[in-house]
Amino acid sequence: MTPITGAVATGLILQRNFIAYRRAWWIFATGFLEPVFYLFSIGVGVGALISGFEVGGREIPYAEFVAPGMLAASAMNGAVLDSTFNFFFKLKYSKLFDQMLATPLTTTDIARGELAWSLLRGGVYSLGFLLVMLAMGLVSSWWAVLVVPAALLIGLAFGGVAMALTTWMRSWQDFELVTLTTLPMFLFSATFFPVTTYPGVLRWVVEATPLYRGVVLCRELTTGAVSWDSAFSVVYLVAMGVAGLLVARRRLDSLLLT
Amino acid sequence: MSGSTAPAGPLQGALRLLDYWATVYRRTWRGSIVSSFVTPLLYVLAMGVLLGGFVEADAETLEGATSYLAFVVPGMVAATSMTTVVGEVTYPVMAMVKWNKTYYSMTATPLSVPDVVLAHLGFVAFRVAVTAAVFLAVTAPFGVYASLPGVLAAFVAQVLIGMAFAAPLYAFSAGLRDESAFSIVFRLGMIPMFLFSGAFFPVSNLDAPLEALAVATPLWHGVDLTRMLVLGLPDWSMVLVHVAYLAVLVVLGWWWAVRRLTRRMVL
Repeated sequence: MTPITGAVATGLILQRNFIAYRRAWWIFATGFLEPVFYLFSIGVGVGALISGFEVGGREIPYAEFVAPGMLAASAMNGAVLDSTFNFFFKLKYSKLFDQMLATPLTTTDIARGELAWSLLRGGVYSLGFLLVMLAMGLVSSWWAVLVVPAALLIGLAFGGVAMALTTWMRSWQDFELVTLTTLPMFLFSATFFPVTTYPGVLRWVVEATPLYRGVVLCRELTTGAVSWDSAFSVVYLVAMGVAGLLVARRRLDSLLLT
Repeated sequence: MSGSTAPAGPLQGALRLLDYWATVYRRTWRGSIVSSFVTPLLYVLAMGVLLGGFVEADAETLEGATSYLAFVVPGMVAATSMTTVVGEVTYPVMAMVKWNKTYYSMTATPLSVPDVVLAHLGFVAFRVAVTAAVFLAVTAPFGVYASLPGVLAAFVAQVLIGMAFAAPLYAFSAGLRDESAFSIVFRLGMIPMFLFSGAFFPVSNLDAPLEALAVATPLWHGVDLTRMLVLGLPDWSMVLVHVAYLAVLVVLGWWWAVRRLTRRMVL
């Protein structure tokens, strides 16, 4: 018995989050600023000290190198933040999900609805960031229009997995582990310098991380260096997101329904 | 004066809270390892060592530092002193006033508001001192520090920098009704200062109005002070300016903190 369809349920959860955020719109708005600040500081400020890097056979200025990295990293950070801290709070403290389940909503609706909200938010930020990149002349290919869907894909992959992992968290102390995973990725996934900086095995490790796949995908799109590697990154991120969502749904079932 | 249990002054009162803060620290020190130690060390590795390998180093453009690593390490030391205290005087203070109301239990004893503020800020000073000491010790092998006296002076400077942020922000948090303002403190205060106050690149690379803004921030004073001290290039008149600026913040912050918390809890 499904009294409402998935689409309606997702719409309702989006509406709920929209209403909840309306009074704190500036929290939503200022979230956009962080990657822009990093772009200006590292890309422009530190970039003044660096000659540039080679991407797809041509030398590009440092800001153009770092900007897609910031875009990918902020897609990851935004999605992880939403599906760990906020999700945990709703799950354990405000008991929001228990309340939702008292209505005709199902656990699948909740997982999908929360992720949809997180993606919507991430999409708005990515679009804003792309416009900043355009204004600064850091985009050199029409492929760049696909960078917003690419950022959504990064959000889906990290959001799905983070949501699943959050269901195992016991207390706020466990969130140290979130920082311990995302921060090294943020700093070392070829975001700030090329992967060729790493020797041998270390380079393989970096190339296997999901953020690296996201960073190179975004960089390939904004610089126009699209190749089969880009398709591999897409498949990697889709698989990660779907796996995360499936686990999250099963865990929510066992946590909330039994 | 027999019979009275009231402490003679804020210092004596604050000392009576020593056991409270010792208990808190025994329970929470592990959680602070990631934020106050692993994070800045990773930044030093990523920015200083790896990205720094691509920077054409020139003492002229890097404020006297002969490598980007030497430039960024003192910047990270000072920035860490800031981020450490910001974490300690935002949510925890609101918890003490509003959520678990520990301050009310403390002031229900002969302890007064200044005692409570001094004990809390004393704990914050201890936290920043530990973080700075460990961070300076661990970054020593990178070989960018010029002399031991310089590093020791920089250590003392870190406590001053930390308190210059802690006291005013403590006052702000103490009177705050709703925690959502902290997002603004982090996103529009701490992060821009972290990124633009000379920790990662010389502020002279900014446009003139932005450079003036950066130079006005307490973090720039802290970064410049730390960098001059550890690299062994102190310009004593500037050292004096930095110390005076930071000390004024501590004093004004203390005054405001006591006043604001008294109004919130007593009046």
